[in-house]
Amino acid sequence: MSEIFHGDDAGETLPELADGETIICVRGLKNAFGDQVVHEGLDLDVKKGEILGVVGGSGTGKSVLMRAIIGLQKPVEGEITVFGESMIDRSEDEATAIRKRWGILFQGGALFSTLTVAENVQVPLREFYGSLSPQLLDEIAAYKVVMSGLPADAGPKYPAELSGGMKKRAGLARALALDPELLFLDEPTAGLDPIGAAAFDELTSELQKTLGLTVFLITHDLDTLYAICDRVAVLADRKVIAVGTIDELLATDHEWIQEYFNGPRGRAAIATVKKNRAEG
Amino acid sequence: MPQEFKCMSAQADFIEEQGESGRILRFTGSLSIASLGNVPARLEALNTPIDEIRLDQLDHIDTIGAWLVHKTAHDHDAEITGADEDATRLIEQVAKSHQVVRMRPDRTNAFARVLGEIGSATAVAGQTMLGLLGFFGATCVAAFNVIRHPSRLRINAVIQRFEVVGVSALGIIGLMSFLIGIVIAQQGAVQLRQFGAEVYTINLIGRLTLRELGVLMTAIMVAGRSGSAFAAQLGTMKLTEEIDAMRTIGVSPMEALVLPRVLAAVFMMPLLGFYASIVAIIGGGMLCWVSLGIPPITFIQRIQEVVPITDLYVGLVKAPVFGAIIAMSGCFQGMQVKGNAEEVGLRTTAAVVQAIFMVIVLDAFFAVFFTWIDWI
Ligand SMILES: Nc1ncnc2c1ncn2[C@@H]1O[C@H](COP(=O)(O)OP(=O)(O)OP(=O)(O)O)[C@@H](O)[C@H]1O
Ligand SMILES: [Mg+2]
Repeated sequence: MSEIFHGDDAGETLPELADGETIICVRGLKNAFGDQVVHEGLDLDVKKGEILGVVGGSGTGKSVLMRAIIGLQKPVEGEITVFGESMIDRSEDEATAIRKRWGILFQGGALFSTLTVAENVQVPLREFYGSLSPQLLDEIAAYKVVMSGLPADAGPKYPAELSGGMKKRAGLARALALDPELLFLDEPTAGLDPIGAAAFDELTSELQKTLGLTVFLITHDLDTLYAICDRVAVLADRKVIAVGTIDELLATDHEWIQEYFNGPRGRAAIATVKKNRAEG
Repeated sequence: MPQEFKCMSAQADFIEEQGESGRILRFTGSLSIASLGNVPARLEALNTPIDEIRLDQLDHIDTIGAWLVHKTAHDHDAEITGADEDATRLIEQVAKSHQVVRMRPDRTNAFARVLGEIGSATAVAGQTMLGLLGFFGATCVAAFNVIRHPSRLRINAVIQRFEVVGVSALGIIGLMSFLIGIVIAQQGAVQLRQFGAEVYTINLIGRLTLRELGVLMTAIMVAGRSGSAFAAQLGTMKLTEEIDAMRTIGVSPMEALVLPRVLAAVFMMPLLGFYASIVAIIGGGMLCWVSLGIPPITFIQRIQEVVPITDLYVGLVKAPVFGAIIAMSGCFQGMQVKGNAEEVGLRTTAAVVQAIFMVIVLDAFFAVFFTWIDWI
């Protein structure tokens, strides 16, 4: 455990950005694994305070894009800035200041398997704010766990003892541990029951409103897209082919986009939204 | 810091004051995790009752700040006033999430724990022996099934294991054996010189390596190289539910994973053991040549005269048994993994320790047995 925990409040503070400014800026990104080119000439902006949905077929490179932005995947070419700082060739020390300000939910949860759920949530807290009292750390972990929709008795459980959906929620609790300004979510509602997924959407949008959170949200869930995303970026042909509100996207005549939003599932999701709006 | 960078908001703080309706706690600054400072400790130390918590002078609040406000209000039964819309919503959010959550599983007291650990260690030891026996049985059944339906043998997997267990180990085992041969020859020569019996060094090298050391050292090396790898591979596959997936598809993990590994170890051990003995003899021969002046031709002739062929048989009979033990304890431990990554490490260690221990115990039994049947 000690290899994961080592409390130390270090790191300089970075400038704050005003609303509407670009918080993530990707230009001319190229990612490749050997011969297989995943992205080429990809541009994307994420504005502060928005929830940006990222959609695309399976294997179009949504997760790889997220990994590139957070510095886990070294791009072949291109420029990525987050909070106005370049992410390419950053030293570990410089990256720490940025890591304090974001939270990440990986597609597979990526929980630390030797720590309990509550201890998992405490890892980022201890890493960056080790001087907080153990009691306060426990209290914070407790409300984060409950807030993410886990039952209170999940706190002392180990990841291997959780269901798939519970792992997602525990991952979210850890991503939210530091009250980040920027949240990366990789398919947060996949594997959740519809009620849980709706609660998840509500929590995300609630936090976005109250904390001014910016969310980079990869999803295949049309309901989530309609319910909470301010804009949607569509990944296809190795780049972002369109970004905009769903109405704007529907106005384009790209085949995949039309099929995506106007397929049977897309229409069902629209119908639900319209019904909800009509009911107020 | 350059001018255009707006600095992070002011440090959080609070003041206590006496209002008309009771004592008021007034928070100021930015009540967020990065600028909390000593506020939590001071809140904890508050001992006067508080009737009202006023938030009208806050710059900024996050959920951790909201939690502190909520908890203070809760503890003192105070009223929260002056909160703006965001703060109200955040405080509501955390208040909804206020529940008792345990952080770790309960711990029993030390005495009971020690007793419990002794008990469970004993039980585990017993279960491991039983489990290993059961595993041996399951391997035999799998082998029997494959013999009845030879087409079920995964020949590619077996060949691939042959390469990993056998061919790739040649380098390290050769080097190790060569050095061991030199050491035996050198030590033997020094001791036997005292009796003027240096020439018996050759007997020592020939018999010791073929009977015992060649196979034993190879077994230890294979346990460290391949036994551990088997445990780690199967353990990781168990964690990622690959083995469960296999079972549900109807592929028997015993046939697909365990049998190829056991076969590889059983077939490779005698070959590696023989190779190790020969390399050790070469190493010993070199030393004899250099330091005792015995030319290679004489050395080879002497070896043929003094080493009975049964010594070779002794080594070759033991080797496949050792191989089976190493592979089976590796696979068995790997299949026992459940839970987390740490378990893979523990099981891998257990596999190697168990394999080496059993190899040495069995070696002792073999020694007695071979004496008994007069293969001295
Ligand atoms: N570590 C890796 N090594 C080689 N190729 C990889 C690696 N990771 C991803 N890829 C490839 O990159 C492509 C994009 O993968 P990615 O995981 O980003 O897909 P995705 O858009 O997130 O799909 P999904 O919606 O199914 O999660 C895939 O073709 C995949 O094969
Ligand atoms: Mg993905």
